[in-house]
Amino acid sequence: MNRHLLSGADLSHADALLVLDTAEELAQLADRPIKKLPTLRGRTVVNLFFEDSTRTRISFEAAAKRLSADVINFSAKGSSVSKGESLKDTALTLEAMGADAVVVRHHASGAPHRLAHSGWIRGSVVNAGDGTHEHPTQALLDAFTMRRRLNGDRPLGTDLTGRRVTIVGDVLHSRVARSNVLLLHTLGAEVTLVAPPTLLPVGIDAWPCTTSYDLDGELAKSDVVMMLRVQRERMTTEGGGFFPSAREYSRRYGLDRRRVAVLPDHAIVMHPGPMNRGMEIAAEVADSARSTIVEQVTNGVSVRMAVLYLLLSGSTEITEVTA
Amino acid sequence: MRTTPTTTGRYVVTGARVLGREPTDLLLEDGVVAEVGPGLARGRAEVVDADGLVALPGLVDLHTHLREPGREDAETVETGTAAAALGGFTAVHAMANTDPVADTAGVVEQVWRLGREAGHCDVHPVGAVTVGLTGERLAELGAMAESAARVRVFSDDGACVSDAVLMRRALEYVKAFGGVVAQHAQEPRLTQGAQMNEGELSGVLGLAGWPAVAEEAIIARDVLLTAHVGSRLHVCHVSSAGSVEILRWAKSKGWNVTAEVTPHHLLLTDALATSYDPLFKVNPPLRTGEDVLALREALADGTIDAVATDHAPHSHEDKDCEWAAAAMGMLGLETALSVVQEAMVETGLLDWAGVADRMSSRPARIGLLDGHGHALEAGAPANLVLLDPAARRTIDPFALASRSRNTPYAGRELPGAVVATFLRGVPTVLDGKLQ
Ligand SMILES: [Zn+2]
Repeated sequence: MNRHLLSGADLSHADALLVLDTAEELAQLADRPIKKLPTLRGRTVVNLFFEDSTRTRISFEAAAKRLSADVINFSAKGSSVSKGESLKDTALTLEAMGADAVVVRHHASGAPHRLAHSGWIRGSVVNAGDGTHEHPTQALLDAFTMRRRLNGDRPLGTDLTGRRVTIVGDVLHSRVARSNVLLLHTLGAEVTLVAPPTLLPVGIDAWPCTTSYDLDGELAKSDVVMMLRVQRERMTTEGGGFFPSAREYSRRYGLDRRRVAVLPDHAIVMHPGPMNRGMEIAAEVADSARSTIVEQVTNGVSVRMAVLYLLLSGSTEITEVTA
Repeated sequence: MRTTPTTTGRYVVTGARVLGREPTDLLLEDGVVAEVGPGLARGRAEVVDADGLVALPGLVDLHTHLREPGREDAETVETGTAAAALGGFTAVHAMANTDPVADTAGVVEQVWRLGREAGHCDVHPVGAVTVGLTGERLAELGAMAESAARVRVFSDDGACVSDAVLMRRALEYVKAFGGVVAQHAQEPRLTQGAQMNEGELSGVLGLAGWPAVAEEAIIARDVLLTAHVGSRLHVCHVSSAGSVEILRWAKSKGWNVTAEVTPHHLLLTDALATSYDPLFKVNPPLRTGEDVLALREALADGTIDAVATDHAPHSHEDKDCEWAAAAMGMLGLETALSVVQEAMVETGLLDWAGVADRMSSRPARIGLLDGHGHALEAGAPANLVLLDPAARRTIDPFALASRSRNTPYAGRELPGAVVATFLRGVPTVLDGKLQ
């Protein structure tokens, strides 16, 4: 594995399977009375969040704590940082605290890349979502969830070869879509991105996936339908005027009961959250048995444990799990 | 500027290859080239050995940000013109986006005077087209034209004169004093929040795209307006293959349209953005390899008239941060000639006469500078640069004369080195050192 996890493309097929398998083993831990491993005792993980995301921060925090790491939460939103104190100054402060890993969420695409490659800090950098770029641990937890649901009781060592994953929504601004396309492609899945043309980036033809403007045409052949959050502001003039109205968006690209009925029986419905119920996904679909939305949250902790473990422990064997 | 007391004020430059041709001598006296020919008598003149060096008329930059007044932490007229002289320039046009904006006779005269005091090269202030560069109403262009600075080039550079009526009025108005409007072509609505060239890479990197069409649409509109009102347009920092096509068409119509390209758009591509290093963030953005090739070809065939640096110094703080927060722009004066040598001369697209045309004669004509851009013949002003085309140098940001360090060529080896620059017969640079 690389020293940092910045992009879904940082993981080779073997790396990705290693993370997913490690996460499987660590997930067993959740079923035991004592949920902590001593693995990262004495190591410091800093959660550096320049953007509000309680869900992601809590997930990383739980993951680090279950591995017995010391966790420092550094929320930069609303502090001097958002008013222009430099990313660099913050990084230097963290370096002085002796951070072994920095989990960073930032509103600017590439900020984790800068953090990792500018020589400001020595620790590993984990991208917890940067601007409209990537969110690789979300892709890992999505892949983990797909593998568990689709590959039966024995997911260990398996990938997603031949699985058809349809990702629907605001691809242009979605870091989840970018990381998922890269990782799922590595794992052998066939990804189709569905969105109105205004919400697909220029140059998408070069991505390792196909695209479509027609959701109904994709449903019957999908093993997975992943709905992306669409911000209502995108339809306003100031927000870019990407689509005419919430109602039209929902009619053309929303996942409702009628559309779910077309899916194969085994197909699952995913959403990285937070959802706009009634916009991209109907409430009854989000709460249905096909929906993996709650599992995704649980799986997020296991996957992030695996990532921190593999980046920081310098070992690929989880001897402590069975010890 | 310091002059050594021992100098007689006369120089004989020996063995220089003027425009890369056969070696010859040049006698510089009383600010002019007094004589040209092999084996000139040296008399009491100081000898400058130019064996193996190429002599070109002093370079003229149509697009320089000197940052003074307002951002003296990034550059001053003194440091910026020192950088210019070291780059072989004898005249620069100082862009108007200072603080205060150069939109009055007072400010342009201040910049012009600072240039005279520094003495490293001639400073010709560019006047703002609109008050405060806000694109709302015309600045007092006539007052700037009549000022001591004698402004002829007007530009809101940094911002585009996007309002079509205002652009039309500006083009019409400058006809009264033979001025030219230099447009920073960027349709503002299409480039809101834009961070890099819109293409394959912007989508992958998650950086908001700056589509070439935002430049091309403005250029298309402006060449038509220029033809309609019979005025003169200069297009700043052309960056795309599509823009080249429009310019080629406009020129084929005989319209009075000129254009410039920056050295960095002749050499670098948007692939550099994958580093997320803001040193490569510039406006207009670095584009694709195909655009680079089209720009080189256009400069070679004359569709693009001039190389202009868009020298844009920025403080360390404004560049040592995440991409989106960083300022746009890169240094250019001290590397321009080397970049042109690599991109145009070593590729066989231009010879040294061509370089002299695109970096001296044509920009001087566009800016209506009488004293610059002349062929190095007897009687011409003694503005010249001597360069060693065989030299190779690795760019060290800390060795530059500019107050800022934001060169995209840090650590890169470039061909060619300026050995001497003469401004009206007086060396501003000798042995590669500022005088
Ligand atoms: Zn400009």
